Amino acid sequence: MTKRGEKILLPLIAVLLGFILGSLIVIATGRSPAAMFAAMIKGFSGLDIINDVPWNTRYIGEFVINAMPIILTGLAFAFASRTGLFSIGAEGQLMVGSLAATTVALLVQAPRFIHLPLVLLASIAAGALWGAVPGFLKAKFNVHEVTVSIMMNYIALHLNNFVILNIFGSQDRVKTAFFPETALLKSPFLQSITRGSRLNWGFIPVILALIIFSFIINKTTFGYSLRAVGYNKDASRYAGMKVNRNIILSMMIAGAFAGLAGSVITVGTFNFGRAMSAAEGYGFDGIAVALVGGNEASGIFFAGMLFGMLKSAQPLMQSQGIPREIAGIIQASIVLFVAMQYGIKMLLDRFKKKQAVSADGERA
Amino acid sequence: MMVGAFSAATVTVLLEDSTALAPWLGLAAGLVAGIVFSLLHAVASVNMNADQTISGTALNILAGGLTVYLCQIIFRQQRTRSFSNGIQKVTVPLLEKIPVLGRMLFIENYPTFFLAIFLVFFTWILVYKTPFGLRLRSCGEHPQAAASMGINVAWMRYFGVMASGALAGLAGGIMVLTADIQYTLVSIHGTGFIALASLVFGKWNPFGVLGAGLFFGFSTALSFYAKDITFLASLPGEFFYALPYVLTIVALVVFAGKSVGPKAAGQIYDSGRR
Repeated sequence: MTKRGEKILLPLIAVLLGFILGSLIVIATGRSPAAMFAAMIKGFSGLDIINDVPWNTRYIGEFVINAMPIILTGLAFAFASRTGLFSIGAEGQLMVGSLAATTVALLVQAPRFIHLPLVLLASIAAGALWGAVPGFLKAKFNVHEVTVSIMMNYIALHLNNFVILNIFGSQDRVKTAFFPETALLKSPFLQSITRGSRLNWGFIPVILALIIFSFIINKTTFGYSLRAVGYNKDASRYAGMKVNRNIILSMMIAGAFAGLAGSVITVGTFNFGRAMSAAEGYGFDGIAVALVGGNEASGIFFAGMLFGMLKSAQPLMQSQGIPREIAGIIQASIVLFVAMQYGIKMLLDRFKKKQAVSADGERA
Repeated sequence: MMVGAFSAATVTVLLEDSTALAPWLGLAAGLVAGIVFSLLHAVASVNMNADQTISGTALNILAGGLTVYLCQIIFRQQRTRSFSNGIQKVTVPLLEKIPVLGRMLFIENYPTFFLAIFLVFFTWILVYKTPFGLRLRSCGEHPQAAASMGINVAWMRYFGVMASGALAGLAGGIMVLTADIQYTLVSIHGTGFIALASLVFGKWNPFGVLGAGLFFGFSTALSFYAKDITFLASLPGEFFYALPYVLTIVALVVFAGKSVGPKAAGQIYDSGRR
């Protein structure tokens, strides 16, 4: 099999195994897998295959807004990954991005064509800054980026809550005041074609991010040197590349993608800043998206859609009596199977060899 | 830890009415559940050559999903039912009479504290003072050399993963049965990752880890008592919630260069490599 073919086939096998395992768990706990798959189909298409109800385009809108942030956090993880870094920091970067978006949305007054770009840029800058910390510590002190980025997630959570609760003074301990219309990605047109879903212009920055990711990684000298550092640090250093600078820059750009996800959620899906009791899992979703998508823009797009579909099916499954957490279980098992892909490949190869041998035997 | 905590809480809740030993049976359940769950990691990384960081991350996501899923199946809500009694504090006779130390450690303390201290000594003896420990460490330093001396590397790695699963499952059980009233998705809130930092901070030595653990415990406890200390009370609560994590990063930066982990940690064992 060609390398390209394998790169598509192995994740697909992992996805399939993940769904099979999920169905088995559903059966083992006495629930109906058919209801689960019906919920999934309704979750992304709005078509109800069990009950006779009219097509509801609202679900499509909600499906797209579920996929948008995790595509961005997926890009964040993948970008760092290409430089050989394992960053779990997207969650925190997203949160400071969201905080920066909230700050600019509430404090700046300007017409929409200035205000909205400012909000997006602020979130990108905040995410990049948050990503720079583990990058800098890795480059300068060789501290492992996994631990630091996880710590930064918790610090971001508490920083966010501190600012939202104490500086913007929320009334109900959860939300800030509503943002002015000029700061929002909201679109009455998109809402009207999806029967009042929360669909918004956020998909435009997401598509731009996908293109920029692919361009930097594949088409620029800078992207090449980032990948070189990912393959072999020492060789790149020997070839005269600035390894430490690349590590910091890579983490910053990764942070920028995740920061953007923060504003896409905050001024797109919502229109107020929020204090949170715990992280919402967009960071971990992003890791899953990037791993399944093979750290490439096109793969991340499809994987983001897949997991966005699982997310939007969650409330539907819950209403069918299937605990919503099954989506997380399926997602985690898909990642686990993707991690095992070398093992799966070995099994496939062995299976093929056996077939070849038996075919030879028949001929003889 | 999440799987251990969930199992411990569930067993405690379900057996509470029938036996007074329920919390202890809960702890045992947490330990066993930790081992079983860690087997997934062992299969993935030892047999299927999975990247250990990725498979570990996947298991962390899986633990969150699976435990709450089972809560919904068993208790019809996103957490376990709350138990009325966790592990009770005890006063150790005789030892309580020791001045200062007696009051600090042996009056009204959780017995699990002594268990943890015992395990530190036990681990140290097992890893550094027995032939088995030497073999275990050799597989972490240079598995190919270990294999050439007739050590079964795969089995050793299985043992290592299962032992760590047992300890983490026990830890989750202890955490939920002493500091919580039920298991929820946020019961464990990143303690496993702080443990990872303690390992680096404690230079991969059981006693170093004990010291690092006490240090992080102190910084967490500080957030509870800060409001009673005048000069700290004016700082916002969020500052103290974030403190353990900030301190972890500081500790990592200070101790990073000097920490010496096993050379082959995190690597896939390839018997053909030199």
